[in-house]
Amino acid sequence: MRLGSGAFAAICVAVEVLGVAIFLRGFFPASVRSSSRAGLQAEPPAPEPLAGASSNWSKLPLPLFSKAVIVLIDALRDDFVFGSKGARYMPFTTYLVGKGPSHSFVAEAKPPTVTMPRIKALMTGSLPGFVDVIRNLNSPALLEDNVIRQAKAAGKRMIFYGDETWVKLFPKHFVEYDGTTSFFVSDYTEVDNNVTRHLEKVLQRGDWDMLILHYLGLDHIGHVSGPESPLIGRKLREMDGVLMKIHTALLTKERETLSPNLLVLCGDHGMSETGSHGAASAEEVRTPLVLVSSAFERKPDDIRHPTQVQQTDLAATLAVGLGLPIPKDSIGSLLFPVVERRPMREQLRFLHLNAIQLSRLLQENVPSYEKDPGFEQFMMAERLHGNWVKLHLEEDRSGALLNLGTKVARQYLGALRTLSLALSVHVAQYDIYSMAVGVIIVLETLILLLLSTPQVLHRRAELEMPLSSPLFSLLFYLMFLILSAIHVVVCTSAESSCYLCSLPWLVAGGVMVLVSALLCVIVSTLARMVMDSTSLWKVQQSAAHPCSGWSEVGLLLLLGTVGHVLSLGASSFVEEEHQTWYFLVNTLCLALSQETCRSYFLGDDSELQRCFHTQPGTVGANCMQQACTACEASKPGQASKGLPSGARGGHTRWAVLAGPWLVLACCRLLRSLNHTGVQGAHRPDLGHWLTSSSHKMELSYLAALSLLVIFMLAQRGCSPMSKVALALGLLGVFCYRAAIGNLLFPWQPANKGISKGILEARFVYVFVLGILFTGTKDLLKSQVIATDFKVKTVGLWELYTGLVLLAALLLRPHNHPVLAFSLLIQTIMTKFIWKPLRHDVAEITVMHYWFGQAFFYFQGNSNNIATIDISAGFVGLDTYMEIPATLLTVFGTYVGPVLWAVHLAHFLSAEASSDSAMGCACFCYALICSVPVATYIILVTSLRYHLFIWSVFSPKLLYEGMHLLITAALCVLFTATDQTGHARPWTKMDA
Amino acid sequence: MKDTDIKTLLYAHFLCIFSVILSVLIPSFFVEDFSILDTHLTWLCFCSLFVTSINLVLYLVPKPNSSSKRSSLSHKVTRFLKCCVYFLVSCFSFHVIFVLYGAPLFELVLETFLFAVILSTFTTVPCLCLLGPNLKAWLRVFSKNGVTSIWENSLQITTISSFVGAWFGAFPIPLDWERPWQVWPISCTVGATFGYVAGLVISPLWIYWNRKQLTYKNN
Repeated sequence: MRLGSGAFAAICVAVEVLGVAIFLRGFFPASVRSSSRAGLQAEPPAPEPLAGASSNWSKLPLPLFSKAVIVLIDALRDDFVFGSKGARYMPFTTYLVGKGPSHSFVAEAKPPTVTMPRIKALMTGSLPGFVDVIRNLNSPALLEDNVIRQAKAAGKRMIFYGDETWVKLFPKHFVEYDGTTSFFVSDYTEVDNNVTRHLEKVLQRGDWDMLILHYLGLDHIGHVSGPESPLIGRKLREMDGVLMKIHTALLTKERETLSPNLLVLCGDHGMSETGSHGAASAEEVRTPLVLVSSAFERKPDDIRHPTQVQQTDLAATLAVGLGLPIPKDSIGSLLFPVVERRPMREQLRFLHLNAIQLSRLLQENVPSYEKDPGFEQFMMAERLHGNWVKLHLEEDRSGALLNLGTKVARQYLGALRTLSLALSVHVAQYDIYSMAVGVIIVLETLILLLLSTPQVLHRRAELEMPLSSPLFSLLFYLMFLILSAIHVVVCTSAESSCYLCSLPWLVAGGVMVLVSALLCVIVSTLARMVMDSTSLWKVQQSAAHPCSGWSEVGLLLLLGTVGHVLSLGASSFVEEEHQTWYFLVNTLCLALSQETCRSYFLGDDSELQRCFHTQPGTVGANCMQQACTACEASKPGQASKGLPSGARGGHTRWAVLAGPWLVLACCRLLRSLNHTGVQGAHRPDLGHWLTSSSHKMELSYLAALSLLVIFMLAQRGCSPMSKVALALGLLGVFCYRAAIGNLLFPWQPANKGISKGILEARFVYVFVLGILFTGTKDLLKSQVIATDFKVKTVGLWELYTGLVLLAALLLRPHNHPVLAFSLLIQTIMTKFIWKPLRHDVAEITVMHYWFGQAFFYFQGNSNNIATIDISAGFVGLDTYMEIPATLLTVFGTYVGPVLWAVHLAHFLSAEASSDSAMGCACFCYALICSVPVATYIILVTSLRYHLFIWSVFSPKLLYEGMHLLITAALCVLFTATDQTGHARPWTKMDA
Repeated sequence: MKDTDIKTLLYAHFLCIFSVILSVLIPSFFVEDFSILDTHLTWLCFCSLFVTSINLVLYLVPKPNSSSKRSSLSHKVTRFLKCCVYFLVSCFSFHVIFVLYGAPLFELVLETFLFAVILSTFTTVPCLCLLGPNLKAWLRVFSKNGVTSIWENSLQITTISSFVGAWFGAFPIPLDWERPWQVWPISCTVGATFGYVAGLVISPLWIYWNRKQLTYKNN
């Protein structure tokens, strides 16, 4: 079968996406789950163990607390309560922690430190998987067993005020609720007032058993101005007041009912030094957990220091405290200080219930659970417990019994700790089989791409893909049979669950067919390569002759790409990947500058002239030709004083010489705009300076200037209609940002009311769609009616302009310069470097890829989930809509790579000499994007027990997967625009 | 080209390497607590000074560039001044390049500048000694097939290896090992020094190995 190189690349990347998807499914483990679905039938609680007989105490113990209030403060870091900030701003809480009737803990949250997974962890006691981050915005109802569900089943009346994620997670669970959205991060007073306003009334009423408050304000302050902001102190003081109010109200209630109440203060995650969260740094992971109740009354000399516990421990503790069954999937262990004042028999009963639940979970998830030390400890403890109960029932009330009880409790606690640890380790188990299949698919595609590289680089427009012969070969069927056999063996003997085995047989069979077909294609391609190696060698000889080996830039591009791929193995280089790209792009600019110097100061003119003679059409080439003649006519350094014709040429020449330096200067400016990564993120940068509220005017001027530059640069290639649309669209962007309060109009310096800016944003969307539509129409026209290539070029440029406008809308105003500089650099490079120096298509493609990557980081992105700007997904939408929000967020994040790739398509269609250039570029782009992904997948597989696997490597893996998906989309776009050249040969072949 | 030329080149390079080693050893006699890491800037100054002086001595003694004609004193003085200006210009332009590469603009200015000085010492000073303040000759030497003697060939190799050393020296900076030598610009200066020394060692050997293939236009 013959395939265009572009189409071939697109197919390969699509298959690779499939492989990566299978790998990701295997890599991100499913959470530990109890096999019996929650809520279907209420299992009777385990009876108390009794040696030789069965105990009559088979019901759940009575609740310890009659009412519980949970105050969850988003992004409450441990030092906000226990540290100096706490002492300063939260005096009441500090008193409670230090001297009051309370137990305080530092609860460690597991990454991803994002709100929804953390709420799930707090309420189910299980560890939600990493993929839950993706579903953070769209939280569907929680299906797993959890405290709220158990409380509802037990007939408790619950009230909730705060983040509406809860309402979505637990629909119809609350008798009364008021959800606030965290839609506007810049609002940090209203969200909390909406919660507090109900407090007075609710605390007076007594018709509830559980009250949950989720305050978002602190998190918003963190996102906007970081943990050192003065607003933090004010917010903490406000929260302190709320706690005091609740505590006093609970105490009054207690006097009426005479049973203790519980007040829980906790945070869902911490706050990094930049004020964001999502990763696994100590600031993000450590949250305070304070339990306050009159049952915890202590003597003045009883000093309790906050001990370190897991966030998942709260679910079990709450369940015990409220007399509920412990959630089935909980991997937490009871916080023992809560029950230590209870009678010994009750204490042991609680511990036993918790241990039974954990050991059941272990039995269901770990095949060899009997050998687990935790399980052995538990069996021992249970036996001792039975003996203890027997003695206790025999009315033996001596001190020895108490000692024995303490010993049993200690044994139980040890067992709980070990079991909990074993389960949380088990969460990190990988589905090796799916991972292996994914890796094999990705590697096979990569090898196929690499094998066809020589053909593509020698400008073959079409690739000969041996597809039909291997498909009917014996090898294919053998491979398929072997793989199916392996699949059956693996799935029947699997100890842990496999994703591939859970698929229907037909789908799994399809995957096997794909794997074996790819293998056969590779084998036959290899065989053919070996057979025509002699002829290929000749081709190489003839092709290699004129260019005489690698140029410096080509070598740098190759080595840089390889070096970047290798650097992905080190966690620091993944964290600081932006440094790698900045470094590479700078070096590239220096190499280019050296090349320009050489070609203009030394006598390389003849070569250039030859190039221009072959294609004298373009304006740039004419200019350069003049430059060359000027070069010959006058000595270097005096060019500007030469002949009149040489004067113009001299200007261009100096522009060419200055081009790389201008690009370097632009890159340096952009670099100081957004500091990203781990080491540099906390350093002050221009972006922070601009976004602070006191510099709004400067930001407005800068954004206006950038939008103007964007217009000037983007309108050049457009049709008049699109020019007008672009101008109005950019105006709309400014109006939108002014409407939502990011920018100010110069004539309206006072800040007026903030709206959502729906109207303005939709106004811009109309123009975006209009420009995109015009561009697509031109492209289609150029394909259906074979007009000259100008129409296609204009169409591509309009497509590009539409995307630029969309990017201008989605990027935050302080990032508008990034967009402007991106256009500026593209213009400089096109005019002064790529056109005059006549680079290879492959080189130009790789340069576009590098710049695209650098701009990904210039924009403030990093390999950390926390830096994704989710607000892009809400532009112009008044409610959360999943698909548009996801698409917008993805585009807003990958603006750099997408824009540079589309620019590449336009550049090639405008400048390329041969028809196959676009196909070749598409192929190179696919190759250069899939090499890092393939290597990274293998690296991650080998580093899967690395300490930083969850905090550093996994987010990067998600980014890489997303990048590959975008590459696939771009390759399809390339191929679609490239169809003109190949449509006719195909029809001929069919006929 | 004779083997004696290569021998002279080898001795000259040994002297240069020796000067680098001396710059590590000698200052410890009269500077207290001298070490490359702690008193890095002092070392940079010494190293630059030593290497420059050895280069000057080499320039004055064996006279490898036979083309230098006898000329008047004023000509010599202007030539010397021109060399100084070139050196300063190269220092400043290196500084600018480092800032473009991401070195802090306002902090650590002295450190960045001294790094520029030491890199100029390794690259510009030999060029000035060998080729004089003649940009055209420099461009010729650093382009393909533009070398006309083993001295220029070795100059090419040492200069490029110094640059490459400095370039590689930037690699460990983002790593989180928290070592004292990861501080800007220590790893880069040390990298440049290693690159320079490696270039000094490699170039005579390389020329020796390839002496059959090397044919120079003027020799």
